[in-house]
Amino acid sequence: MQEKSKSWLKFLSEVILLVLLFTLVQYALSAGLVNQSYQITLTSMCINVILAVSLNLINGFTGQLSLGHAGFMAVGAYASVIITNFMDLPFIIGILGGCLAAGIAGFVVGVPTLRLKGDYLAIATLAFGEIIRVVLQNIDYVNGPAGIVGITKLTTWSWLYWAAILTILVIVNLMNSSYGRAIVSIREDEVASELMGINTTGYKVLAFVIGAMFAGLAGVLYAHYFYIIKPETFNFLKSFDMLVMVVLGGLGSTTGAVIAAIFITFLTLALQKYAAMRMVIYSLILIIVMIYRPQGLMGTKELSRKTFARIWGGKK
Amino acid sequence: MLEFSQQMINGLSLGAIYALIALGYTMVYGIIKLINFAHGDIMMVGAYVGFFSITLLGTNIVVAMLVAMIFCAALGVIMEKIAYRPLRNSTRIAALITAIGLSLFLEYITVVILGPAQKVFPASAFPVKVYNIAGLSILNKQIFVFVSAVLLMLILQYIIKRTKTGKAMRAVSLDQEAAVLMGISVDRTISITFAIGSALAAAAGVMIGVYYQTINPLMGIIPGLKAFVAAVLGGIGLIPGAMVGGFVMGLLETMVSGYGNSLYRDAVAFGVLIIILLIKPTGLFGKNTGEKV
Repeated sequence: MQEKSKSWLKFLSEVILLVLLFTLVQYALSAGLVNQSYQITLTSMCINVILAVSLNLINGFTGQLSLGHAGFMAVGAYASVIITNFMDLPFIIGILGGCLAAGIAGFVVGVPTLRLKGDYLAIATLAFGEIIRVVLQNIDYVNGPAGIVGITKLTTWSWLYWAAILTILVIVNLMNSSYGRAIVSIREDEVASELMGINTTGYKVLAFVIGAMFAGLAGVLYAHYFYIIKPETFNFLKSFDMLVMVVLGGLGSTTGAVIAAIFITFLTLALQKYAAMRMVIYSLILIIVMIYRPQGLMGTKELSRKTFARIWGGKK
Repeated sequence: MLEFSQQMINGLSLGAIYALIALGYTMVYGIIKLINFAHGDIMMVGAYVGFFSITLLGTNIVVAMLVAMIFCAALGVIMEKIAYRPLRNSTRIAALITAIGLSLFLEYITVVILGPAQKVFPASAFPVKVYNIAGLSILNKQIFVFVSAVLLMLILQYIIKRTKTGKAMRAVSLDQEAAVLMGISVDRTISITFAIGSALAAAAGVMIGVYYQTINPLMGIIPGLKAFVAAVLGGIGLIPGAMVGGFVMGLLETMVSGYGNSLYRDAVAFGVLIIILLIKPTGLFGKNTGEKV
C-alpha cells in the first residue's frame, strides 16, 4: 500500500516539475526576456530532442541503423503544410496528418527494408531518404526544389514543449513494456530472439513506424516555425546530424539522447558561422566516440532520480 | 538505333568509372565485411590530388593519375590503421558509424582547407577531340576513361589471381582464422586491400575530373553511393560482380537520362538497389549462404 502511494507521489512530483519548467519558460517568453536568437535555439532544441529520441528508438533500442530519418521529417513537414496552408484546416489536424503521413511512409519503407540485416539496411534507408527528397523536388504542387515559402507560424512554445514530452513519454513507456523487451532482444541477438518466438520483422517495423511518426511530428513543428521548407533542408546531412546526437548520447539511452540533443543544439549555435568546421567536429565526435566508447557516452544507462540520489547521498 | 548506340558509348565510359569505384567497395567488404562509406570520398581526394598534380606540378594526365593513386593508397592504409583496426572486433553498427564519420571528415576537412567552391579541371591537360565513326560521335576522353579503366581491372585480376599477395587476400576473405594458421599476416593483407581499393578509387576520381571537368569536395557522395549499388548488384564481395555491376549501372543511368527524366537519374539508382535487396540480396553472381549462429 505504502509502495503505491509512494509511486503516486513520485508521479505527482514529476508532473509538477514539468509544468513548472514549462511555465517558467513561458513566462520568460511572454515577458520578452528571451531574444529572437534564443527563441530559435529553444525551438531547435525541442525539435532535436524529438528527433534524437525517436531515432534512438530505431538505432539504439532496436539496433537497426537507419539513415533516412530526415526523409520522414520531410514527409511530415510537407503533409502538414498541405493540410494547414493549402487546405486551411486547423493546426491540430496538420499535426495528426503529418504524423500519419510519416508513419505510413515509415511503414512503406520499413516493411521491405527491415528484412535486410545491418549494413544493407543503413544503405537502403539512406537510399529511401534520398528518393523521398528527389520525389519532392519533382512535384510541382509543392513548388519542386524551390520549396514552400510563407508558411503560417503556428508552432508555439507549448506545442514544442509538450510534443517533446509526449515523445519521451511514449518511447520510455514503450521500452518499459513487453514490446520494449522484445525490441531490445532483437538488438541483443536477432537469431536468438527469433528462436524465442518473437516476430522480429514485426517488432522492427513497429519501432520503425513509431520512430518515423515522431520524425514527422518534428517536421510539422519545424515547418510551422521557420516559414519555409525546401527538399534540400531534409538531405542526408540532416540524418547524419541526428545520428551524431544518438551516438553521442548513447545507443539505447533516452536520457542520453535528450542530453546529446540539447548539447548538439548549443554546439550548432556556437559554430553557426563555421558550417564546415561544425561538420568536421561532428565527424570527429562520431569517430572518437566509436573508437573509445562504442556504446556512446551514456551507453544504455538512463539518468533517473536514483542516479541523482546516489550522487547526492554519496553511497549506494 | 543510332541514338541507342550513342547512349551505349556514353554509358560504357561512365560504367567503367563506377566499376573502378565498386571494386574498392567489394574488396574491402569481401575482406572485413565493412561497407567503407568513405570510399567515395577517397575518390574525391584522388580527383583533387590529380588536379593539383596537373596545375601545380605541371604533370600530364597519366602521371597525375599515378600520383593520385599513390597518395590515396597511403591514405586508405592510414585510415584503416587509425579508424577501422581498433574496431575490428566490435559491433557492425560501430564500424559503420565510424565509416560514416570518416566520410564526413574527408568531405568537410576538404571544404575547410580548399573551400566549398568547385574547381575546373584544366582543359589543357586533356584537349577534347571528337571522332565521328559511322554517325556516332566518340570523345577521346571516353576512350581514355574506358581503356585505362579496363587496363586497371586487368592488372587487378592479375594481382588477385596470380600473385602471392592476391592469394593471401583471397584466403583472408574466405576464412580469416584459417589464413592466420597458414602464416598469412592478416593485418598486412587488409592494409594491402585498402591500398589497392583506394588507388582504384583515386584513378576513378581523376577520370571523373577529366570526364565532367569540374570537381568539388562533395563530389564523392553520389558516385560513391552508385558504385556501392553497383557492387551490391553484382554481389558484394565478388570482384567480377563489381565490374559487371558498374557497367550495368553506368548504362542504366545514361539510358534513364537519355530517354527519361534526368532529374530522376539518382532516384533510379537507389530504386535499383532496393529492388535487388528485396529480390536477390546476394546480387547477380552471389550464392545464398545460410546464417551461422
